[in-house]
Amino acid sequence: MTTIADPKAPRPPRARPSRLTTRGNTELYGWVFMRASGALLIVLIFGHLFMNLVAGDGISAIDFGFVAGKWASPLWQIWDLLMLWLAMIHGTNGMRTVVNDYASKDGTRLVLKGLLYLAFTVTVVLGTLVIFTFNPCPTDAPLDLLPSFCTA
Amino acid sequence: MTATIADAPAKVGAVPTFTVTLRVARHLPGDDGTAVTRWDDFQLQVHGTDRVLDALHKIKWEQDGSLTFRRSCAHGICGSDAMRINGRNRLACKTLLKDLDPSKPITVEPIKGLPVIKDLVVDMEPFFASYREIMPFLITTGNEPTKERLQSAEQRARFDDTTKCILCASCTSSCPVFWTDGQYFGPAAIVNAHRFIFDSRDEGAAQRLEILNDKEGVWRCRTTFNCTEACPRGIEVTKAIQEVKRAMITRAF
Repeated sequence: MTTIADPKAPRPPRARPSRLTTRGNTELYGWVFMRASGALLIVLIFGHLFMNLVAGDGISAIDFGFVAGKWASPLWQIWDLLMLWLAMIHGTNGMRTVVNDYASKDGTRLVLKGLLYLAFTVTVVLGTLVIFTFNPCPTDAPLDLLPSFCTA
Repeated sequence: MTATIADAPAKVGAVPTFTVTLRVARHLPGDDGTAVTRWDDFQLQVHGTDRVLDALHKIKWEQDGSLTFRRSCAHGICGSDAMRINGRNRLACKTLLKDLDPSKPITVEPIKGLPVIKDLVVDMEPFFASYREIMPFLITTGNEPTKERLQSAEQRARFDDTTKCILCASCTSSCPVFWTDGQYFGPAAIVNAHRFIFDSRDEGAAQRLEILNDKEGVWRCRTTFNCTEACPRGIEVTKAIQEVKRAMITRAF
């Protein structure tokens, strides 16, 4: 059995692997971000759902042309970009805390978080690229692959 | 030995007696470093006024003297006998057997998340290490006043709830985040920091907030309310933790 320290003695360093202090505002900012992005995402996601599924012809209007039309406007580019980034950071941060809470082994935690950050990077980079470089009528594509509204 | 109801004459008036089975988690360490872990069932004849602690005493005194548990005052104020009874953290001295459905075996385990030394006795040192770290004492600057440090009733009421803590570790050992790796400060340390942070006489609030603004500090609280439910003193533990969070946010922005 380990001996119990004298309660009046100067406090011993916390039994942790030796590393730099874990104090700081990082977790504080993370906590505030989760609340702020959550509130914003409610507006963004329900706005997105309303525009796509209810407004105008509703769900029957969704096709390739509908998405192409939306991304022709900077408003929807920024809307979708915000939604992508906020949702991905919000979700990744949430998963990070879940991994921290449930994976007690260092190795497991490292692997799970590595996979998480990889998935985050791939999704965000790919999504951002698509939103900004999307062109429904590329000039060098064969005609039979192009949607009907493209005028050659 | 204190007089117990078991020692009282058989005619205890209208107090009913009944039989209960106590299923106690045993952890028996040997000299060679190995330990035997098993469940032991004990059948007892108890009174309607008996508490779990009385039943444990009856086992230790009449059936198995090797049963080991902590208890000191036996009246719900020393905080020694927190244990997991029927899956919930409670004080054995404040839990009446008749309230626990005596028709089924009553399980008694040590509190979770702390290393078990023997039977129901755990090593409280990690718990008290966190407690010491938040500096649970009055911090002031300047000369010591020649009279009391005065405080209004409102100022006292601000932290009244968290002064009730008896450091029994029921809250910390009911916290699923603490169970993971034991690195989280735990509700009890934060409650006792709250007691000083919101004390108008104390001047160490900034230091304490700095200490708890840690990766393993208040931000690991997931507000599952296990601590509030477990607290035998009825402290609103989760609320206290959120008040410390709020103090940090208003300080940072």
